[in-house]
Amino acid sequence: MSRLMHEMGTRALQLGIPLSVQLDLTYRCNERCVHCYLDHEDHGEMNTAEILGLLDQMAAAGVFFLNISGGEIFMRQDLFQIVEYARKLQFSVKLKTNAVMIRAAKARRIAELGVDSVQISLYSHDAVTQDEITKLPGSFKRTIEGARFLRDAGVKVTFANVLMKQNADHYKQVQALADDMGVGYTVDATITPMMDGDRSILNLNMDEQRLSGIMRDRSLLGDQADNMLAPPSGPTPLEEAYKTLPCSAGHTACYVSPYGDVYPCVQFPYKVGSVRESRFIDIWRDSPQLNEVRAIRVSDLQGCSSCVHGSSCTRCPGLAYLEGNMRGPSIQDCEKSYARTGVPSKNLQQKKLRTIPLALAP
Amino acid sequence: MNEAPLYLLREHNVAARRIGDELMIMSAKDSALFSLNETAAILWEAADGNTALADIVARGICPLFDIDADTALRDARETAEGLAKHGILQLSPHPFGSAS
Repeated sequence: MSRLMHEMGTRALQLGIPLSVQLDLTYRCNERCVHCYLDHEDHGEMNTAEILGLLDQMAAAGVFFLNISGGEIFMRQDLFQIVEYARKLQFSVKLKTNAVMIRAAKARRIAELGVDSVQISLYSHDAVTQDEITKLPGSFKRTIEGARFLRDAGVKVTFANVLMKQNADHYKQVQALADDMGVGYTVDATITPMMDGDRSILNLNMDEQRLSGIMRDRSLLGDQADNMLAPPSGPTPLEEAYKTLPCSAGHTACYVSPYGDVYPCVQFPYKVGSVRESRFIDIWRDSPQLNEVRAIRVSDLQGCSSCVHGSSCTRCPGLAYLEGNMRGPSIQDCEKSYARTGVPSKNLQQKKLRTIPLALAP
Repeated sequence: MNEAPLYLLREHNVAARRIGDELMIMSAKDSALFSLNETAAILWEAADGNTALADIVARGICPLFDIDADTALRDARETAEGLAKHGILQLSPHPFGSAS
């Protein structure tokens, strides 16, 4: 992160500005990915006027980075109307899509609108694997074509490679494909529970050995490699823990669903308000639920505050919430810390103790 | 001082937002982030393509700063050229017409 970006984040935090918002326009999708955390039925999406009005409110509140996502955003017939309006309001716009519906004309339109970048979900370099994950025959071909159209139109493209059992061994080839095509690459090795709390898709997560290989791969860690792979530096010092925020969710960032519900983050399904009932800025400033999230400091986190992984931990409060306690650990992140360093977190040790059966006296 | 007129137009592929008292600008071309000082922000916000730099300086900058018009115009031209170099503004000796 650049110095200026860091300074802007710090200033936004001090001033209480929601610097970054993810806005999902729809949960409908043309793919049926096996690991998806969404319910694809339309339960009453915001209409065009509601969304444009919300964009006005978000611009006035100081939102700068607008990530437009879904579902598949091109399922919305009014997508370009929304993006055009967002750009008129001078948001820095990023789009997330599977690119299946993007052809040359749409790619050129995205470039003309001055969209910052497009993130495309790609699961494999292998068409069979990709199509088996998306459950959409021909999706690999269409996604790659869509990415090429965007790249050729001058749009910055990044492949987002979510990994699970089915494709955990393919990431090197996807990375190479991204390099060949001259596009960016980012990896996510975590399958998260569904937004309604259903945890059945977690069985798609890869095994410990594969996770460890990925978490220790320097080519994925970039300039953070030394820091991330270093032995745990010990618990966060107490004075620091009283001040340190667990993450930006609810502090300088939030998420708005297609139904106008507001959450601290897309991975943190704790509803803090609805823009159909209140103004965005009123929710941002006054929501009791959001203020509850904001009040949490590292010192409040059960187990985590005295864990050896301390400052190098990537604990997600949303995953912790989905595991039952937003002030508790996220075992999925504990497993990542363990995979990276080989040192179990405090919570992982306690969990293992709990699962060891008591020895029975003969 | 009698310099050639200069017109400024904001680049269309730029994102901008005031964060407190700073104007943050991000270029979609390379995602480069800039923080504009007060003078640069006045120029950027007034860059409609049809108002001459001299008018922007006379109306927007001179009343705010204790500075003579010639010096202010010279500094503003330098700032505008710097912003143009970073792809934030377009400059022209003629009005941009309906482009704004």
